[in-house]
Amino acid sequence: MYDAGKVILGIVVFLALVTFPLWYNLAGEASVTAPELEKAEGSQCVEDAEWMRGHHMDLLDDWRDEVVRDGERYFVGPDGQRMEKSLSNTCLSCHVNKDKFCDRCHNYMSVDPYCWDCHVIPKEVM
Amino acid sequence: MGIDRRKFFKVSGLTALGLAGGSVSKVFSSEDSLGTVAPVRPEGPLTAQRWAMVIDLRKCHEHADCNDCVTACHTTHNVPKWENPKDEVKWIWKESFEHAFHDQEHPYQQESLKHLPALVLCNHCDNPPCVRVCPTGATWKREKDGIVMMDWHRCIGCRYCVVACPYGSRSFNWRDPRPKIQKIQPDYPTRSRGVVEKCTFCDERLARGMLPACVEACKYGAMHFGDLEDPNSNVRELLSERYTIRRKPGLGTNPEVYYIV
Repeated sequence: MYDAGKVILGIVVFLALVTFPLWYNLAGEASVTAPELEKAEGSQCVEDAEWMRGHHMDLLDDWRDEVVRDGERYFVGPDGQRMEKSLSNTCLSCHVNKDKFCDRCHNYMSVDPYCWDCHVIPKEVM
Repeated sequence: MGIDRRKFFKVSGLTALGLAGGSVSKVFSSEDSLGTVAPVRPEGPLTAQRWAMVIDLRKCHEHADCNDCVTACHTTHNVPKWENPKDEVKWIWKESFEHAFHDQEHPYQQESLKHLPALVLCNHCDNPPCVRVCPTGATWKREKDGIVMMDWHRCIGCRYCVVACPYGSRSFNWRDPRPKIQKIQPDYPTRSRGVVEKCTFCDERLARGMLPACVEACKYGAMHFGDLEDPNSNVRELLSERYTIRRKPGLGTNPEVYYIV
């Protein structure tokens, strides 16, 4: 191989640069910890926390379609009581602090849902 | 190549079967994705086979400075108030008789009628042109009670419906409406920029067993709301006893807001 020294050196430098973010993170300086979310005020969510963590967006999408398209506005909650399928009125009545619950995790996950463009955060307008 | 035609068909057939099976199981599993959440009928919603409204314009004329219905509607539904008429958003408003009923107007009409303030809103047509043109299904006629609904989630702001509606009942949000809403009602959403909005006959209030906000707010009994399919309903009674007109009936939209003049 011609210029073997230079080529190998080049490959080493290239790999070092490409994998730099990995090394840097491994060094611990930029380690990220999952955000701490505020505890809800109610005793029980409509589903268990583990399921909600992964599927709350699906639940909200289903609610949206059922309420707007089919006019089915109510559901039976976990303790058998009738509840409204409403982000502003039902979810936020327990998760009172949107900043410390919704936003913290959404920021951490770098997702930007546009629910709040229209749906009102009751605390903010009171 | 270590694969012959026979084996190729076998593998591709199995793959196709697997893919189809996967999507089928997905369809069935979406049913239980909600777990215990099952829709139930709310206690005592107001229901009808065909909602319709009768407005007594003579009562409106007697109290020409009354604006209660408009205020009630626009407050309940977080309708913004813009100074510039180009940005205006409105669900229910007053129009002069010759504008609201221009096909029934002539130069020698009685003075009282000429300047009659006519309350206008979405007519919830039986044959709604806005629904026909909507490319996303964001507006549709509800089968169960004839209300022409709006799904702001699906509206892409193309404004075909605004053009199609012969009554001017639809408004477009050219700007973010939030800063122009005097007091936001927390139990009703606002809209965002780029979305068309209009009256929905208060479907959210009907679901809770309440009359539309405008009807409830009218203290002179000028607005009547009821089931057109029920021969004993208040609206049918009025329609059979009084002379009533509709806006632009010749267009074939079959509007369901009737006016006593």
